[in-house]
Amino acid sequence: MDGIDTRALVSAPTTANEFKGRVDPDWCAGCGDFGVLNSLRKACLDLDLKPHEILTVSGIGCSSNFPGFFNSYGMHTLHGRALAVATGAKMANQNLTVIATGGDGDGYGIGGNHFTHTARRNVDLTYIVMDNEIYGLTTGQVSPTSNHDMKTKSTPFGSVEFPFNPVTSAIMNGATFVARGFSSDTKHLSMLMKKAIEHRGFSLISVFSPCITFNHDNSVQFFKPRIRRLEDENHDTNDWKAACEKAMLWGDTIYTGLFLQANDRPALGQQEPVLQKGGALAHRSLGLCDEQSQKVINGMM
Amino acid sequence: MSTDQFDLSIAIGGAAGQGIATPGGMLAQIITRRGLHLNAYNAYQSIVRGGHIFLTIRISDQKIETHGDQLDVLVCLNQDTMDRHLDLIGPGGHVIFNSDKIKAGKPKPSVQLCPLPVAELSNKSRNKVIQNTIALGVITYLLGLDFKVLETALTERFKSKGKSVIDENVNTARTGYKYAEENFDAYAQPVPQGPKPLALWTGNDALAMGGAAAGVKFYAAYPMSPSTGVLHWMARHARDLDILVRQAEDEIAVANMVIGAAHVGCRAMCATSGGGFALMTEAIGAAAMMEIPVVYINVQRAGPSTGVPTKTEQGDLWQALGASQGDFERIIVAPQDALDAFNTIPELFNYCDKYQCPGIVISDLLISEGTFSADPDDINLQPHIDHGEIITSAKGKEEYLRYKDTESGISPRALPGLEGHVHIVATDEHDQDGVLISDEFTNPIKRRKMVEKRARKLKNAVKEVAPPKLEGSANAEVTLIGWGSTYGVIKEAVTQLAAKGVTVNHLPIKWIVPFHVEAVTEILSNAKRTIIVENNYSGQFYRYLRSETGLSVDGHIRKYDGEPFAPHHIVDAVQDQLAGKTDHSVPTQEIMV
Repeated sequence: MDGIDTRALVSAPTTANEFKGRVDPDWCAGCGDFGVLNSLRKACLDLDLKPHEILTVSGIGCSSNFPGFFNSYGMHTLHGRALAVATGAKMANQNLTVIATGGDGDGYGIGGNHFTHTARRNVDLTYIVMDNEIYGLTTGQVSPTSNHDMKTKSTPFGSVEFPFNPVTSAIMNGATFVARGFSSDTKHLSMLMKKAIEHRGFSLISVFSPCITFNHDNSVQFFKPRIRRLEDENHDTNDWKAACEKAMLWGDTIYTGLFLQANDRPALGQQEPVLQKGGALAHRSLGLCDEQSQKVINGMM
Repeated sequence: MSTDQFDLSIAIGGAAGQGIATPGGMLAQIITRRGLHLNAYNAYQSIVRGGHIFLTIRISDQKIETHGDQLDVLVCLNQDTMDRHLDLIGPGGHVIFNSDKIKAGKPKPSVQLCPLPVAELSNKSRNKVIQNTIALGVITYLLGLDFKVLETALTERFKSKGKSVIDENVNTARTGYKYAEENFDAYAQPVPQGPKPLALWTGNDALAMGGAAAGVKFYAAYPMSPSTGVLHWMARHARDLDILVRQAEDEIAVANMVIGAAHVGCRAMCATSGGGFALMTEAIGAAAMMEIPVVYINVQRAGPSTGVPTKTEQGDLWQALGASQGDFERIIVAPQDALDAFNTIPELFNYCDKYQCPGIVISDLLISEGTFSADPDDINLQPHIDHGEIITSAKGKEEYLRYKDTESGISPRALPGLEGHVHIVATDEHDQDGVLISDEFTNPIKRRKMVEKRARKLKNAVKEVAPPKLEGSANAEVTLIGWGSTYGVIKEAVTQLAAKGVTVNHLPIKWIVPFHVEAVTEILSNAKRTIIVENNYSGQFYRYLRSETGLSVDGHIRKYDGEPFAPHHIVDAVQDQLAGKTDHSVPTQEIMV
């Protein structure tokens, strides 16, 4: 397995196994999501995070089963709603490392509205999307990121729609950390995940995570010769225009890596006066004190 | 005005944008600071400018439950108001209007017309709301109040705008007051003084305050009439009360955000109206499946679909009963008035926390947007709080099971962040440890166990909520049954019917789920003649009552024109039904807005 960094094993008291969930993944053998899972286990290990400090939140879909396979607090919520749930959880307890996971249908289709607004709000959470350009759990229908002309069960004569670009969309919506990964390049992906978790604000990692069963167009073999890492070139992560240009490429060259990182905009939690003192909201005592009660009554007189 | 009780209603009518809210609000404050009771209802339309607004403010020296049947003072801010509503003013009433712009109609006998030459009184001021200030002066005189009362209120209202604005308003109001003194007859019985100042709130304020008192630390909403007042209250008080308030992109986000916040340990709440509630319903099922306590408020308006956004109805009962797919447990409560709404929220949170399930509050425009006086001593902002069984410290070797199959069905919660209790919650069916069983293989034994575990939690909850009580004489000729916001109007109708020699008692239902089947069955089995009063077309509560008790009733009084019942609607309908004219009354709305 190319996911484990042995140097980390020496320095950290935990092992990647500590992040192994109660059950083994039910994904098809050869699914890209295995690479994503291993990369996140390694990233959390490298960051010296403990399982109880992390909350993974997912929607519904093959990749949304992720929290069950990762040992941390987890919420396997409704289709498309992971980001809304994750926002509430992060606001209520800022001490938690909140990681939302899901697929392209979940995040860019049914959850598209939340994707837009969570990016805009710059909520301090990491969103890992396993993009396989297909609806897998429902056995192979067109997805928001499916290619034009792609034949699926719901587009037997080829899709007449053009795909959604998660990277440019996230940038336009105001996300402050926007990256793309490839599930077969776990070392690179794990590096991106570490940076994303450390970033204060909304971080997106849209990962090409090929579906071995239902999408034969965008396979590992399709991506491997085309992928170039931004980190291997002189990409300026402050340059949103260059980031968008590179993110639009879809041909002989498809870029992965960190497209944009903006540190000049505060995260939502940093702007909420209520969160600046007193610790996690979830741990504060319930109810109002005498002074607060009196103030409310006075306002009614 | 009746003789034994001071009871007077003032109506102000005009177009949206003519500034009805300011004089209405000031009048309400003057009245409640004087220690008098107040019940105000604003009939309006979904328009920011224009349309027709009709604000009714009822004042009394005794507790009043509705905005009443009669109008005593009519303030016409436009011709439309004069044309539509002059007929509503009976003997002894006053009609105030700007005679420069409004042509008086033909009043009923003994109605005093109070024309105001506004241009002359205001030195030809171009200020469009100056007629409102003059009218306030006139009303103050007619009510037999000292001008100082109004002067103080105006000074306070405009204090942020500086001395010149205060002086302008006070002088204008004084001109109106003096003009009234010289030209009109004040009421013989001046407005009395109550024992102590009362507070003023809307039902939405009360719902929001109930949340604050319950310890809500996370409130999310998407604006939707008539629930938006809850968001406004929360946003205004957020920083003082340490409440995190988020306006989200849609009600779906709202309903899911509160789940996230509640799961990590916050008390979390949201409010919407029917359309938004429809969007929230999938999440309500998710809260039930993951066993996360959240309170969802539906402030009903007339539906279906966009319906009549600014009108009231009790049309969402079955929507609450059937909110979300699947067969699961929820608590549903329909508060009876603002104070009850306030007290209900903390109580409901205690149940939701204890039983780890979603709670639904059914309010409506009548309660939520009505303005009411309240005795500040009745408002307990520090109620009993029971957060339910929560594990707070890391423990030994035993494996933590989030959904442990206990005898009560209640499995103690461990909140994310706590060491040694790492677990998954899922909207898929899951086993005791949270691990999905839906994907494993169809496991009928585990599935049955989990369904029964969740259901068992609420099996005895009915013992916690107060059973409905019959109000009034047990041997009454008629038993009126109502639910939620019709409480006040039925109560007042009962009093009016008693004065006419008809003995009527009242069975108000507040807790819909859990429902006190035995108590209700016993009361209704002993009733002589039962009539259900509902603000909807199809008799939603009637159908629910039948489904739970198997009982039918003798008659129905239903109103579904967008406006609430007035007491006389029920009085007349009961008399019709007793006379054998009908068993299904649909009262006609007289005030046309």
